[in-house]
Parts: sequence; C-alpha cells; structure tokens
Amino acid sequence: MAVTQLVGAKIHRREDPRLITGHGHYLDDFTRQGTVYASFVRSPFAHARVKSIDVTDASKAPGVVGVYTARDFKGQLTGTHPTTPAFTAAKKYVPERFPIAEKEVCYQGEIVAVVVAGSRAQAADGANLIQVDYEELPAVMDLEKALKPGSAKVHVDGPDNIGWDIPYTGPEVTDAAFKEADVVVKERILQNRLAPVPMEPRGVLAEYESFDKKLTIWLSSQSPHFIRLFVSGSMGLKENQVRVISPDVGGGFGSKISPYPEDYLVPALSRMTERPVKWIETRTESIQNATHGRGQFYDVEVAAKKDGTVTAMRVTQFLDIGAYHGTFAGFQACACLMAGGAYKWKGGITARTIGILTNRVPTDPYRGAGRPEATHLVERMIDLVALELKMDPVDVRKKNFVQPEDFPFTQNFGLVIDSGDYEKSLDKALQLAGYSDLRKKQADLRKQGRYLGIGLSTWIEICGFGPSAATAPATGGIALVESAQVRVTPTGAVMVYTGTHSHGQGHETTFSQLVADQLGVPMESVDLRHGDTAEGTAFGYGTYGSRSLAVGGVAVSKAVGKVIDKGKKIAAHLLEAAEEDIVFEHGSFHVKGSPDKAKAFGEVAFASYGTGLPEGVEQGLEATAYFDPPNLVWPFGAHVAVVEIDAETGNAKLEKYVAVDDCGNIINPMIVDGQIHGGVVQAIAQALYEEVVYDEASGQLKTGTLTDYMIPSAGEIPQLIVDKTITPSPTNDLGVKGIGEAGTIAASAAVINAICDALSPLGIKHVDMPASPDKIWHMMKEARK
Amino acid sequence: MKHKVVVTINGRKHEHEVEPRLLLVHYIRDVAGLTGTHIGCDTSQCGACTIHVDGKAVKSCTMFAVQADGRNLTTIEGLANGDELHPIQQAFWDEHGLQCGYCTPGFIMEAAYLLAQNPNPTEDEIRKGLEGNLCRCTGYVNIVKAVQSAAKTMSSAPAKKTTVTAGGN
Repeated sequence: MAVTQLVGAKIHRREDPRLITGHGHYLDDFTRQGTVYASFVRSPFAHARVKSIDVTDASKAPGVVGVYTARDFKGQLTGTHPTTPAFTAAKKYVPERFPIAEKEVCYQGEIVAVVVAGSRAQAADGANLIQVDYEELPAVMDLEKALKPGSAKVHVDGPDNIGWDIPYTGPEVTDAAFKEADVVVKERILQNRLAPVPMEPRGVLAEYESFDKKLTIWLSSQSPHFIRLFVSGSMGLKENQVRVISPDVGGGFGSKISPYPEDYLVPALSRMTERPVKWIETRTESIQNATHGRGQFYDVEVAAKKDGTVTAMRVTQFLDIGAYHGTFAGFQACACLMAGGAYKWKGGITARTIGILTNRVPTDPYRGAGRPEATHLVERMIDLVALELKMDPVDVRKKNFVQPEDFPFTQNFGLVIDSGDYEKSLDKALQLAGYSDLRKKQADLRKQGRYLGIGLSTWIEICGFGPSAATAPATGGIALVESAQVRVTPTGAVMVYTGTHSHGQGHETTFSQLVADQLGVPMESVDLRHGDTAEGTAFGYGTYGSRSLAVGGVAVSKAVGKVIDKGKKIAAHLLEAAEEDIVFEHGSFHVKGSPDKAKAFGEVAFASYGTGLPEGVEQGLEATAYFDPPNLVWPFGAHVAVVEIDAETGNAKLEKYVAVDDCGNIINPMIVDGQIHGGVVQAIAQALYEEVVYDEASGQLKTGTLTDYMIPSAGEIPQLIVDKTITPSPTNDLGVKGIGEAGTIAASAAVINAICDALSPLGIKHVDMPASPDKIWHMMKEARK
Repeated sequence: MKHKVVVTINGRKHEHEVEPRLLLVHYIRDVAGLTGTHIGCDTSQCGACTIHVDGKAVKSCTMFAVQADGRNLTTIEGLANGDELHPIQQAFWDEHGLQCGYCTPGFIMEAAYLLAQNPNPTEDEIRKGLEGNLCRCTGYVNIVKAVQSAAKTMSSAPAKKTTVTAGGN
C-alpha cells in the first residue's frame, strides 16, 4: 500500500458523533405514518398440545385491528425454517418449523397468536385477553436421557430426539496412541447455555405497499441480505420486491444472524392489514426467544507421555439443539474440528458430535460459536495433563506447540493453519503477568491457607468465513465470500458499499481508513454504506465469524484496486503516456520518472464522466469486486488470569487479566483493543456468572430477566492488560485476520484454569462454568471432608 | 382517562394529555419524539434509559410520565452546548468508550451525575457508581477510562479560566 498514514493509526470513530449525542438510528427510532403494533401470545409451557384458542374478547378490545393465529398465516407464508446442512451429512432428524405454532408448542415462548392494534399498549392488552387451552406434555430437558430409547419426545410425531450424530474420525485413529500412553486423563466438561443479550433487543418494522407489491423491512440484523432471501421466499415475493434495512444495530453477538419467526410474521401482518406493522422485543422475550449459545457438554480423554508430550485425544460433543435446528446450529460442531488447539497430536484425534433436540429455545452461533468450546476443552485438558505429571502448565504447552517453521500446518482434520508463533505470544503474556513472581506469591499464600490460582489459555481460532469451496456446501449453496462496490462521483467523492454490516465494530471508520489510504484521499472524501439491500452489490453476506475485514475488507480493497486500474487508463490518455508507465501514489497518477507530469485523482474522476475517453473505456469510475479467500485465517494468542478464591465464601475474585493477541496487521489499534476488551469480558462472564437456567422437570425458564440472568457490570470486572504480537496472515493481501471473537474464544479457559489451579491443594481437578461462589463453596466443603 | 402533563425537556416546555400508565421513557421517546434515550430491559437493570430529573440521574422506566409533571428533564440530546460536545461525550469519543452505542446515552447521563456528585472519583468509585448501567460491548474498560478522562478535563476547566483571567490582567 502506497500510503500508511491512516492504516495502523488510532483514528476516532466516525460513527460516534451521532451515537454520543442521542442521534443514532436504531430500529425502534423508526416509525411510518399509520403504523400499528403487534404483540405476540407465546406458550407458557415447554411442551404442550394446543387444544383451542379463543380470540373473542381480544378481537373486541379497544384499538385492536386484528387477531391472528397459525391458520391465518397459511396462505401468507410457506416453507420451513432454513437450516444449513453444515456438518449434518449424517443428520437424523430436522423437525419442520412454521413461524407460528398450530397444534403443538415445543419450547416456552413459541408463538401461538398475535394481536395487532393501534398502540403498543393496546396490542399488549389485547394479547392478554386471548384464551389458549393447552394440554401439557412431558418436557425433554436432559441431554443424556433424551438419547435413550423410550425417552419422551421433543416433538410428539418425531422419530426420536437425535438431530445429528456424526463421527468425524473413528476410535481406530487413536487406538495405538492410547495403548502406548504413559498417562490418560479424562474429564466431562460442561458448556453452560448462554443468552447473547445485545443491549438493543430485536424488532421488526414492515411496510407492504399493495399497489406496488413492494415490501420494506426495517430490522436489527447482522445479515440483511440473508433476511431478504429467506423472507421473500417464504412470502412468495421476488428478492427485488423486498428491501431490508438494518440501521444502527445495538449489538448482536451472533443472535441477529438467523431469521426469526417474527421476521416473517410482521411483514405478513403488514400485507394482511395493509398497514405498516411494528414489533419491538421486550427483554424477557429476548432472553426467552433469541437463540442461545453453547449448551453442550464434552467427554474428553487425552493420552500423554511422561515427558509431557500429548499424543492423542478422544472427544465427543453433546450439543443441545433446542426444539428446532437453528439456521447455523450445525456450525457449532466445529468445536470438534478445532479441539486440537495450538498443539500437535501425532497419535490422532477421534471426534464425534451428537446434536440433541430438547424442549428449549434453539441454540445457534453466539460470539465464537464452537471455537470457545474447543479452546476451553483443550486448554483444560492440557492443564489436567500438567497436574497429573506435576509439570508446569507452561512447559506442557511449549512442549506441544506447533512451531513457527511448521506453518502452513495441516492439522488433524485437514484444516491448514496459515500462520502462527504461539511461544512468542505466551512469553509476552507471561512476562506482562510476572509469571515467576506469581508462582512464588502463590506458594507463600498457600502456606497461609490462601487460594491463589494462575490460569493460562494459549488459544487459536479459525475465522474469516470463508472460501467458497468450504462454505458453499456447508450452507446449501451460497458461498460466504464477500462483495464490495466503490463508486467515485465526478467531484472525486468516494462511496463504498459493502456486504458486511457493523453492529458496533466500527466499519465506517476502519474501512474508510483503508480506502482513503489506498486512494490517497482524505477520509472525509470516503463514505461507507452498508445494511441496506437496496444499496450496493446484488448480495452481501453479513457480519459474523470475525469475517468483515479479512473477507469484506479485502473485497473493498480489490474494488479500489479496479478503480485505480481504470483511472490509470484514463490518466495515460490525458497525459499522452502508455498505461503501463502510469504510477499511482499519494492520490495522484503520474508518468514513471516524471512526477510533474501528473493528474490528481479528482481530475481523473471528473474526466471519467466527460468526453474523449480512450478507445473502449466506458464513462464513470466505479467497480465491483468479490473476494473468495483461498483459506480461512488463524488468529491466536495467550491469556493469563489470576484469581484468588475466598476460603470462607467460595467467591473467585479476578485479581489480574493479561491478554496478548495476534490478529495479523492492524488497521485501527483502538478498535482492535476494544474488541478484545469486550470479548474477554463476555467470556469472563460465562466462566463466573452467566447461565440460562430452565427447570429440569417442567422446562420453565428461570432466568427470564436481567434480575436473574447476570451479565456483569463495571463493578465485577478488573482492568485488563492488553498487548499484541503481529504475525501477518499470508491468506490475504492485507495480512489481516479477525479479532471480533478472539477474546471470547480465549478467556473462559484462562479463568477456569486459574480457579482449578487455586483449588488444586484441595485435590479439586475440575470446576464447571459458571464457577459461582455457591458452587465453589460446596466443592471446597466436600473436598475438606 | 388521560391526564395533562407539563414538563420541561432540555429547556423546552412540552404539554400533552397522556394515559396514567405511560412510562416516562415512552413519553420521552414516543410522545416528545426524543429517541436518544433507549430501552434495554423491562426490569430497571440496564440503565439505557437514564436521564436527569431536576438534576438527578433517574432511570426513566421507573417513573410514570404523570409523575414528571412540573419537573425539569435533561436527556442526552440536551447535554451538548450547541455544536460543542459535553466533556463526557468528548471523552467517550476520545477513549473509544462505546461500540454499538446503544447503552451509551444512559452511561453518559449517569456519568454526568456521578461527576457532579464526586468530581474526582477513584477508579473504584467510578466502577461502583456505574453499576446500575450495563454494557455488553466494551467490557467497561474504556468507559471507565472515559469517565476518568472527563473528570480530569472538567476539574481542570475552571482552573484554565482562572489562568487566562490572571494572564489577561
């Protein structure tokens, strides 16, 4: 890149002036003239038969425009909830799902009726008057029991409760290594079910114009083009009849990727009522109905040698699908493919994933999706090996790391890790944490009966989804490549349209830095547009899986490159030089060796709209580019957590947290650090505080508000020490990798390893998440007996 | 039955007939049309709707609109002085104290009250003072930094003025 003025610099975010002054545009800030409001009636039971629905009183309530049940939507919507076939080649059973239940409800919160009225309050009043007669059915909640023959079924007409059962590799792969092992360590590791809780709940505003037969949907989404694809299909409309606008999005964390029942029902209601219809999710609706993350357990065995070499692993994932397959539910099985982490497993890895249906809300990707689970299990197992062999966990890690000279490294499942330097980031993290002093302090405190623990996580991840060859088969045909369009106006103003969409990541800033540098124009000349299917390329793929820069940013850069190439043709003509002699730098085209024979970028832009262009060159200065990455990208890093457990209360206090991460080249370090902060805290929250709890017998949600579901406040969280190493990715020209999920992928293992380290003098080897004071107190009490 | 409510918001008088059950936050957003104040929960946990009522930080979902009758309200839209950002807004921008921005108005209003009560808070006092507001993006790291930085700016601002006056004389 010619100029590196903006790239790499801490540039203030362009999004912020509107957001800090109260002038952002989130979904509920939009209203259309004549808008009516929807309120949904949801099942209070985890599993029940719907015997009858009486809408008489609701229909007569003040302000009510209409009351609708499943039957009313049968002529409006067709098909079933989309489910990508990813990892489900051996899928057993994918239950059909219509956006509104008719005869059977399969999780608490499933929609059975909807009231449309003149105001939110009238709609809610109307919904309260609907009488539904349910016959409660047994709720399937326990994953192991659900697998047993003769278990009650999540769907009464289903064959069983097995969504998928896929052995990636059989036991024979690891037989020899386990036979020859000096030690074998085993553990069952739980992944608590989590609610994503973006601070802005979901919502939909839809306006169907019956004369034009055009539908506009405003919704809070990470992937507006996917919503257009699915909703138009279900409503019998062409994609060009539907415009989806996702404005400022108040967080997503994966929960705003897949389509939801309301995304279909609200547009259908607009078509039926011929009014704009709006629905805004309450927080309880959000915790109850937005897809959850994790909700798994793993049975893991590791074979190792006396010197600390880990040789082989056997891992089985038991994944709670919920009542229906989430659109990208199968993606979470990538935990199996990533289970080897940063280490060499010469004796192989045996892996199997079992997806199990339960009467809970579906799970789907949540920040990290599969990679936090993989990190957590492998980092826990490495510590268990260290404990068994009485070795320092640092030494076991260093003994088994894939080394810098091994890259590109083909891991056990054939994935090619593009780059890395794991020891370097670990050494830096240990130095920042003061590791050897901490071990001395720990020894001293142990003599006083105090429980200090030090936990490591030398994490890696796979992101930047992704290469067409890998992703198109996984989604059912659409490759997760990315597109960008760059248009230059006659005055040299630059409009950039991307298929990615920010929900807090600051793309308006980062992408503009990139474009401004490449074109050598001021940042003010560049405007980024995203989140509206009526603007930009034919299809955009959205923001998730830490893909926006590594895929979308590269597409933007490619499109800018095409604009420059065309500019060179025009400049050559204007300067009466050969095209190959034109050099573009610092925002100016000049003849090689004659910097004074030059045309500024703006002059060329203006000329491109005029007359006298070179033969065969069309007017205008714009380009579209798609980027199909040749591989995924592989960030990594090392985190250190220091925890002291209160011997009286079991409270685990996080004393220190160090994160050293490597996401390749960096466009805006301020934004990268911010992503790490948020990601780390989300994983600390999983480790210590958060869990979606259902009553195991009835399937009633017990954590349906922010009073019961604890997301941490500033008071719970310490300052973080954040640093980095930079190992550029060889996979793309920018040398970038993703960073949106890194913190969340890394941190739960560091915190839990620290807690287990603290409790090791009591003989406690493993603590599951969330490591609440109550849980730890009971474990300590038991251990002291 | 509707009730008459007269409130001053950001220095401007508003007068409406409202249902007694209307929450103040819905009044501010849907009736007065000021959408900078956000709603993030149903149980007064998240603090996204924090405003000032007669100079005190209040979660506007905990009051009915009718209870605000005759009161003086400030929302996020009323914090800047024309084009000049309030020092706390500036600090949130400088320190990257926001990502998705949804919780931000509530945090800024809470921080403004916190610093009015305690102009030189310790980090611990800031963290405790912000416990009523939830953010899911930032891990609070840069929010705390922003409040620290705003505290510095705000406590040095009068000092600067004194210096200028002294120099001028």
